[in-house]
Amino acid sequence: MNTQDLSSSETKSSFAPTLRAMMAHRAVWPLVVLAIILIVNAIVVPSFFSLSINNGRLFGPIVDVFYRGTAPALIAIGMAVVIGTKGIDLSVGSIVAVVGAVIAWRIKAGDPHFVILWLALFVGIACGAWNGFLVAVLDIQPIIATLILMVAGRGIGLLINLIDGGTDPSFTSELLQGLSVGSIGPIPTRLILFAAIFLFLWFLLRRTALGLFVESVGGNPEAAQIAGIPSRLIKFSAYVISGFCTGWAAIILTADVHTSDPVSVALFSELDAILAVVIGGGSLMGGRIYLGMTILGALVIQTMVTSILMSGWPPEYNLIIKAVLVLIILLLQSNNFRGAVMSLFGRRA
Amino acid sequence: MKDRYLPLFATISVFVALYVAGGLFYPRIFSTLVFGHLLADNAFIILAAIGVTFVIISGGIDLSIGSMIGFVGVVMANMDAAGWDPIVVIFIVLAFGILYGAFQGFLIDFCEIQPFIVTLSGLFLLRGASFMVNLDSVPLRNYFVSWFNNIYLDLPGGGFLTGGALVMLAMLVVAIIIAHFTRFGTNVYAIGGDKTSAVLMGVPMRKTTVMIYALAGFYSAIAGVIYAMNTSSGYPLAGMTLELSAIAASVLGGTMLTGGVGMVFGALFGGMILALISTIIIFNGTLNGAWILIATGFLLFLFIVIQRWVVSSFSSAGKTS
Repeated sequence: MNTQDLSSSETKSSFAPTLRAMMAHRAVWPLVVLAIILIVNAIVVPSFFSLSINNGRLFGPIVDVFYRGTAPALIAIGMAVVIGTKGIDLSVGSIVAVVGAVIAWRIKAGDPHFVILWLALFVGIACGAWNGFLVAVLDIQPIIATLILMVAGRGIGLLINLIDGGTDPSFTSELLQGLSVGSIGPIPTRLILFAAIFLFLWFLLRRTALGLFVESVGGNPEAAQIAGIPSRLIKFSAYVISGFCTGWAAIILTADVHTSDPVSVALFSELDAILAVVIGGGSLMGGRIYLGMTILGALVIQTMVTSILMSGWPPEYNLIIKAVLVLIILLLQSNNFRGAVMSLFGRRA
Repeated sequence: MKDRYLPLFATISVFVALYVAGGLFYPRIFSTLVFGHLLADNAFIILAAIGVTFVIISGGIDLSIGSMIGFVGVVMANMDAAGWDPIVVIFIVLAFGILYGAFQGFLIDFCEIQPFIVTLSGLFLLRGASFMVNLDSVPLRNYFVSWFNNIYLDLPGGGFLTGGALVMLAMLVVAIIIAHFTRFGTNVYAIGGDKTSAVLMGVPMRKTTVMIYALAGFYSAIAGVIYAMNTSSGYPLAGMTLELSAIAASVLGGTMLTGGVGMVFGALFGGMILALISTIIIFNGTLNGAWILIATGFLLFLFIVIQRWVVSSFSSAGKTS
């Protein structure tokens, strides 16, 4: 009797409507939202889709979305790995501040710029290693562990700015600005840089066992430990990866404005990065890394920001529209909410 | 159960040590005048920290505090300019704080969205709403504000407590009563300690979650009112990143972000430690303001390591007995 009940309910669930399965797929809702934004754009600001080539470079709002979205997307894919371990990295904005200050300081000191590039990456990785040390070795909860650097990092950046007597921290560097604002052919260099880093990360996670290890540590730490996965080492490396990605983002952002501004550079970037991961369907409960979906999430955010600027609305609307959009995406992803809406329609029908 | 007072004890020790050390270098710090100012200038941070302490004890987090403070100020100033009575306006913004908090709590429980993300959208929404109302600082001057800003309770030794400090102390007492002498308070600790057992024991999850965030919204709204009246203005950028200070104050006050452990009373000392750090650095005069951030980060680190140590000695003691 019991077994019959069970089997019949199983067959029922296997016949569940494919529409429902599709709606539950993680890629659907972000894509729907992106499509809606683009359609609204097509109606309100048709010039959004215009493309032109000026001085051998590709121009247009769509290119702008990719161009400005590079640094946030870099931070977001690093965040995706950390969130995959059931962690979180609040310190990314502060890491950008520290790396930026180091770049400005060493350029003033006259180091070769090629060395500075690697030094900047090293500083990013070192910051990530500090977070990883707190989380993996001292067993501190990620949100607090990274809160420490988040609070102190901008202060450290300000102090580095003061090393050469608090003079103007602006600089010029052919190499760094070439990486950031330059272009190879019609394509901005930073997009190529991003593609290279993404491929590197993708190979690291999906063509070695590292990705599987990260997801198992995030999904079920005890089981992972019993299965012989060195969970401390995996957690540590996740924060190092986040520091690495953020280091690259910092190089792009700092070279972009030719100066170090520890107080306001990349403000709220940790929040945007976490949003990108969540919009991309990653759960803060860990256990999953969706690199491609995270980029989609970052694109949704950046498209929205650019659209608001293009539409001629005051930029003040930016935050509020972002908040509403995030809530809508999250509500659509919530089973309880979908159930409530469906039962509402069911009652009316 | 004396162990649960250990983090609070550590907080008070650090506060006393900082206070004495600062006082030895700059004897003026010992005056009641400076002490009164510490309470007055940081009343809004401590109020926000009290609210977020409830949330953190329940195992959640509230990032919308700073934006709530900015939004409340902007609304107060604009409604005042439109001719509303200031006391009515204060009731309206406090009610808004409760309702918005309750809304966040509902989303968290009913839609099963993480508190971090829900209150993050609150951070964006309220800050964006303040920007939409106006971009500049709007003056807030009326009979109630001038009456409130002239409340002084004299302390022996030339110091005084301002109206803001008195409101803060009164609300602290209310919070302590809620946390330790009501069923709701016990439920908050139960949820933070172990959600599953709390549900099994019959703790009303949805009602409690909604009430926790409503309470946090209420306390941030009060913090916003105090801030707006102290500065006599509504400024849409007010309270920027203040949620971090409030969370830091709460953690320094001995609340564990893992939930279930903490004291509302500790928020007072956590806030005062933050205040003391900046006061000592300002008294010094030669140190750069950046040191405030670094010292705060260092103290956070120290505290978290101490808490880790206390927790691990807890659990090992549990295993042996």
